[in-house]
Amino acid sequence: MGSSSLDTELAVLERDHLQLLLDILGKRGYRVVGPTVRDRAVVYDDLASVTDLPVGWTDEQDGGIYRLKRRNDGALFGYAVGPDSWKKFLHPPVVRLWRDKTGGNGFQLVEEDEGVPRFAFIGVRPCELHAIAIQDKVLLNGKYRDPSYEARRQGLFVLALNCGHAGGTCFCASMNTGPKATFGFDLALTEVLEADRHYFVVEIGTELGAEILREVPHKAASQAEKATAEGIVAKTAGQMGRRMYTTGIKDLLYRNYESPHWSDVAKLCLTCGNCTMVCPTCFCTTVEDVTDLAGEHAERWRKWDSCFTMDFSYIHGGSVRASPMARYRQWMTHKLATWIDQFGTSGCVGCGRCITWCPVAIDITEEVNAIRRSERGS
Amino acid sequence: MSTETLERVLAEHPFFKHLQRPYLELLAECASRVRFNAGEVIFRESEPANLFYVIRRGKVAVETFAPNRGPIIIQTIGEEGLLGWSWLIPPYRRRFDARAVELTWVIALDGERLREMCEKDHDFGYELMKRVADIMDQRLQATRLQLLDVYDGVRS
Amino acid sequence: MAGLPDPMVPSPLRVQRVRRETYDTFTLELEPANGADGFSFAAGQFNMLYAFGVGEVPISISGDPTKPQTLVHTVRSVGAVTQAICKLKRGDVLGVRGPFGSHWPVEEAAGGDVVIVAGGIGLAPLRPVIYYLLSNREKYGRLALVYGARTLQDLLYNPELEKWRGHFDLAVEVTVDTAAASYRGNVGVVTTLIPRVQFDPLQTAVMVCGPEVMMRFTLRELEARGIGPENIFMSMERNMKCAVGFCGHCQFGPTFICKDGPVFRYDQIQAFFAKREV
Repeated sequence: MGSSSLDTELAVLERDHLQLLLDILGKRGYRVVGPTVRDRAVVYDDLASVTDLPVGWTDEQDGGIYRLKRRNDGALFGYAVGPDSWKKFLHPPVVRLWRDKTGGNGFQLVEEDEGVPRFAFIGVRPCELHAIAIQDKVLLNGKYRDPSYEARRQGLFVLALNCGHAGGTCFCASMNTGPKATFGFDLALTEVLEADRHYFVVEIGTELGAEILREVPHKAASQAEKATAEGIVAKTAGQMGRRMYTTGIKDLLYRNYESPHWSDVAKLCLTCGNCTMVCPTCFCTTVEDVTDLAGEHAERWRKWDSCFTMDFSYIHGGSVRASPMARYRQWMTHKLATWIDQFGTSGCVGCGRCITWCPVAIDITEEVNAIRRSERGS
Repeated sequence: MSTETLERVLAEHPFFKHLQRPYLELLAECASRVRFNAGEVIFRESEPANLFYVIRRGKVAVETFAPNRGPIIIQTIGEEGLLGWSWLIPPYRRRFDARAVELTWVIALDGERLREMCEKDHDFGYELMKRVADIMDQRLQATRLQLLDVYDGVRS
Repeated sequence: MAGLPDPMVPSPLRVQRVRRETYDTFTLELEPANGADGFSFAAGQFNMLYAFGVGEVPISISGDPTKPQTLVHTVRSVGAVTQAICKLKRGDVLGVRGPFGSHWPVEEAAGGDVVIVAGGIGLAPLRPVIYYLLSNREKYGRLALVYGARTLQDLLYNPELEKWRGHFDLAVEVTVDTAAASYRGNVGVVTTLIPRVQFDPLQTAVMVCGPEVMMRFTLRELEARGIGPENIFMSMERNMKCAVGFCGHCQFGPTFICKDGPVFRYDQIQAFFAKREV
């Protein structure tokens, strides 16, 4: 994606024409999913209409705090990311890997072949584009390719959204992952709300994006409109609730692998695994082998797993990471250091979910700072 | 059997490696060659520990006896090993049984005389003590590993 | 390497023969259920073995890499899945995915001495090395096998150990942690044998497999013998679900045991090997 010949041409799409765009995607056979309000949170689910979007909602986020609040306008994307991420579609929480055809002795196993929908993702944030690219590296770019992920990833349509609102736990600006989409989208919107006008400045990322856009009323963006959109993104970059100091972060964490600071965090950490569930890059899974009651037919299911469970590192005799200290250290060191050695990229995109959804408000940016401080102090 | 050849034999044994010549001469004076047949008892628990042995060839089992299990081998000591250090530490009594597993040639050293020499010449005493300490350390490490019982279902 | 078709879906292999090694350890010989090709692998690689309806475990291949017609696994019955595998009889079917992972550097070690240090069931992943070395004997200098087990009853491959002892050009040293007085072999932990092995420290590859604690103690003895970390190879174990780098369970610092290991050169993992709860 991201052909440079298309980059320079910005268009304008009026708010009232966004529905047409969703309709076209639906007509083309996409399963259109995007943000919607449920259980007092913005989650990602099927969208039938623009009105399913969290119209006029925003959020308040801080360590361990997430609250939806009314805005005094009709913004469609006036909030930061919620607990869901797109991995729930591309790398679903529960997937059947295979089932047996014949059963019993002499079993024949067949790979799961249930149809996978073609997804159109609406309102993908720049940090989430990075998260998808990171999961691509893990699940598609090695010696083996994850067939389940690949099937979902192929034919994905991405309508990205440049952020006009930074959440209280956002730190994409310091991770160089936002707030503006730079790759990995077919179309990218910047939402503009003016006193008497509500429109989107649209950047075209792919030929497919251009083709879809041609089917809805739009016009070329004026200099003023372009400048307005740029101004919105720049303002968002300045409103980040958090900041991650990434200089030499890999070596910092390797150097401090046995720092006493890990025990301080462990005193707070409940090892609940929330951070891993909401993280858009966490990819770990476990498998469950099941049979029918007669034990004649078997299946294998794959489920999201968390490095915070005892079971995760169990080998015969006990768990390798028995202490909460070791489990927190594994998660954070993986995310910010070993990931770089494994996949050539950080495992953190600065979305802030792990901070917001931590029941005891452990803040990954603060933990990095604390380790830096402990090093200076020693 | 001349002390000169015994001196050479001692010098070749790893326990006495690089020991200064005058010390080797001293050692040779209180050394003698001994042969144990397979199954022969070398010493028994709680006996006075006057001698210690450097093994040249063969194998010795260090054993203890448990009423419900019979004799149990704690460790076997093979070629170039050292058997016994109770001669160095009060009350100078054997803690274990020792038995030749196969035909075994050793050099027996008179620990009582060596103790006196060590008291007289602390440089010699220190040198000998370092060597015994090294053996004790090796045995302690091995015993600790043995205690961990690492094969108890740790690896599948 | 001609493995099985799908890395995620186990292929059925039929049990041809089961050999009882010890009271809790069995060696299974498997052949493709559908009469398909043999099963090529490199010494040190592992398969995921699936007991129907029970679950899957990573198990090293313990057979002869030069005889790929039969797939051989030695399994110790310690959990639900291995128990189910150990109960299989001739004619039963076992699911297999693989082979996965890195291998012992048998070719790179040519021209020098090779020392194999095995503890407990750790001999199983090293047996393919012994087969390989013996069938290419002329390529190597001195060869030694140092093998420790808990008791006499825990020793694997007894008939083969006897045979290997008969080779004048393979030094075989076996020890058990404890034994009754009637035992005439060595008693003591496996590390006590290392000082007795003859090799040239500058021209030797050492291959180690056993419980992690045993490997740590072994490394110290090897260090004392002047072997550099670049000449020591070891097979690691961690929880494993997928064997292809997707499930995340087998991470050991920056490495994945399933795809970067299980066989590592010691200096590749040295920084993390000394640390706890990695």
